[in-house]
Amino acid sequence: MSQSNTTMNLTMYRISSWLKSPKPYLMFIGFGFVLSFWYFSVEVWKLPRFQDMPALTEVLEEWFSKDPYYGLSVYTPEYYKHIGISLRRIAYAFCLATALGVPLGLFLGWSQKLREYIFPLFELLRPIPVLAWVPLAIIMFSGSETPVIFLTFLASFFATTLNTMLGVESIDEEYSRAAYCLGASRWQTFVHVVVPGAMPYIFTGLQISIGVAWFSLVAGEMVSGQYGLGYIINTAYIMVQYSQIIIGMITLGLFGYITSALVRVAGDYMMQWRVRELALGGD
Amino acid sequence: MTINKFLSKLSGRAALRGVIAIVIFIAIWEFGSRSLDLIGWRMPFVGLIPPPSDVLASWTGLFMEPSYWQSWYMSFLRVFTGFIVAMIVGIPLGLYMAINRTFYGIAFPSFEILRPIPPLAWVPASIIFWPTQEMSIAFVTFLGAFYTIVINVLGGASSINRQYLQAAQSMGASQRDIFRRIVLPATLPSIVVGSAVGMGITWEVVVAAEMISGGGAGGGASGGLGFFIWSSYVGGSYEQIIVGMISIGIAGYISSELLRKLGGRFTPWLKTR
Amino acid sequence: MSTLEKNDSMPTTGAIRIEDVVKVYDPDGAAVMAVDHCSIDIPAGEICMIVGPSGCGKTTLLNTIAGFHGLTSGHIYLDDEVLCGPGKEKAEPGSDRIVVFQNGALFPWKTNLDNIAFGPMMEGKLSKAEIYDKARRMMVDAGLEGTEDSYPGEVSSGLRRRVEIVRALMNEPKVLLFDEPYRALDSLTKSVMHEALLDIYYKNKVTIFFITHDLEEAIFLGHRLIIMSSRPCKPKKIVEVDIPHPRDYSVLTSPRFREIMNEAKGVVNEEARKAFEAGEKEG
Repeated sequence: MSQSNTTMNLTMYRISSWLKSPKPYLMFIGFGFVLSFWYFSVEVWKLPRFQDMPALTEVLEEWFSKDPYYGLSVYTPEYYKHIGISLRRIAYAFCLATALGVPLGLFLGWSQKLREYIFPLFELLRPIPVLAWVPLAIIMFSGSETPVIFLTFLASFFATTLNTMLGVESIDEEYSRAAYCLGASRWQTFVHVVVPGAMPYIFTGLQISIGVAWFSLVAGEMVSGQYGLGYIINTAYIMVQYSQIIIGMITLGLFGYITSALVRVAGDYMMQWRVRELALGGD
Repeated sequence: MTINKFLSKLSGRAALRGVIAIVIFIAIWEFGSRSLDLIGWRMPFVGLIPPPSDVLASWTGLFMEPSYWQSWYMSFLRVFTGFIVAMIVGIPLGLYMAINRTFYGIAFPSFEILRPIPPLAWVPASIIFWPTQEMSIAFVTFLGAFYTIVINVLGGASSINRQYLQAAQSMGASQRDIFRRIVLPATLPSIVVGSAVGMGITWEVVVAAEMISGGGAGGGASGGLGFFIWSSYVGGSYEQIIVGMISIGIAGYISSELLRKLGGRFTPWLKTR
Repeated sequence: MSTLEKNDSMPTTGAIRIEDVVKVYDPDGAAVMAVDHCSIDIPAGEICMIVGPSGCGKTTLLNTIAGFHGLTSGHIYLDDEVLCGPGKEKAEPGSDRIVVFQNGALFPWKTNLDNIAFGPMMEGKLSKAEIYDKARRMMVDAGLEGTEDSYPGEVSSGLRRRVEIVRALMNEPKVLLFDEPYRALDSLTKSVMHEALLDIYYKNKVTIFFITHDLEEAIFLGHRLIIMSSRPCKPKKIVEVDIPHPRDYSVLTSPRFREIMNEAKGVVNEEARKAFEAGEKEG
């Protein structure tokens, strides 16, 4: 087997074969449908339900104008300020949730005893929707920034811990048995088998986690924050600046996707072995 | 999902351990929230929230209030309506994407682009679009569950063992037969899992929507449990906030359980693992 | 035992004595006897092949020796020291008895070289340089040169098996426990594997406890066959393989091979039929 297949080569190969397939064209057809549906229903046919909706052209004009009517476009600094604030909140919350959730999940998966103590409590708290914590968060934490970050953290934390724990449980028992046979202690087995073995599941969990983080962030920002993308959307609605709503939504979608992709790339980087295994298929 | 497997394997000692942790948790909560009165120093964070004993008192009082139960009813109604619609639209869409490559190529990228937009971000647009508030909440709820269900259906359908399909073809099955008797049942487990997860998300969205849009047409009781929490906060009855939180937790658990049981009926073969 | 006495480079340690072992286990409330008063004496350095139908409990026996389960009654001795018995129902897994698993338990997240070096690295008695030196030498010896830096997922399953055996041998175990390791390989690869295994055996004399369904494999490799009855398992017949070592594939067509095959086949088929009629789940 050639050992020079780096992830870069694989990515290049995948991109080039994608371009040669019908996939990109179908994709654009799909986008075309959606966008033209939007355009036609609002601006041309003026369908009843769609009358108050912001029009595609209006949104595009606004988004890309140097002097936007309502204040936010790719040229205004406020736009980036809001993006930056949302991103910063996500970063704090997600990193904290990962730093706490992964170790907790690993230990919960590994130690029967710990699981018996802690898991029932965990499962009792988890079903409470993160947003139901809003008033409590406002009461407990001073300022307007901390509650929002706390909510985002909470959602992310539950998702990460649970997925990590499930990941540990999914590891084939034979790996730890092999480690014991070879003379590893329990702790050594934990470090060399459980942690690397759970990695794929951890990263899938992290992608879910960042999704729920954005979800909670937006909700938190809409309710009690100042600044941020959720705040923009809410304010734009209240101030009847509908095109801003759409700009906010699209920006959210874009950054949600980017952050999720970043997590996935980080995962691929840390798990070279898996990338190669999946690509080459071994036997 | 895991809590049930966990519970079924419980030994007496394990159950005891779980209970101990919960008791300690409640004890810290009780002590911390009363810390100012008890030891003259207010414990950070915990010191600001109402103690469990007050919460319990408030809750027992609410059992008699019809408006409390009506909140339950409204939230449940919204969750299930949104969820059922999400299944009606999402399952066929997912299945069709799974069997028709061209359709997948057209629809999936657009689906994936829209998916990262949190359902709540759709609330304002939804309110503008739909005539009534109820419908706008229902739409957002639908979105929340919809994405999860579609993704799970796709995942389930794509991992069907090719050999099942080949076996069917060699036995002379038609396309329709293959769909009805292989693709559909094989995807059912994923649909069930997707639904359980989707249910959780649906609750999140319903609660959020109820809090944000400030209740239903009648305000007050018809606002659902989310609104109940928010108005308790605004009205200063902090114990009720926690009652509301716990109520939603229980309601969420009940709905997931119902779904799992129902799902179990459709997939009896999974029980024989 | 005549086959063993011919060879004077037999090890002095690694004799296993299984004495009246019973194993009953209790999945979901129905007590199932897996091993029924089983007694086997394996001298040091012997290749002992355990043959029997699926699900008869052979793996349970192996797991008990390895220390993954406890036994219900009876004793197992390793060189006259009690491995497990009343009062100590479960042996400790250790590097004196290493298992090679059916589906392979090479750690996919470590390179082949790191996998092989794993045991001694965990035990920490030698320096890292010494360990890796030895690992490289053993890989060359086993014909694995060039695959050191590949991941298990990148190489063929036959190669993976060999790496796993070398990994086990690095720890200089007294006993190697094989749980149908070649079951999933095609018969061409299997024959190559058999010769490779014998080659490794001739260079590193260890006691081998090898579970298999495959009669040909058993006769080709083993000094003795112990044919087990269907569940609960108990030795039904012992067949001596007095074909001299070192052996090569020409042995497969020798008349003596044919004779032994006939001797064993009748018994094996009878037990297999019983298991089939009882509707045994795959062991």
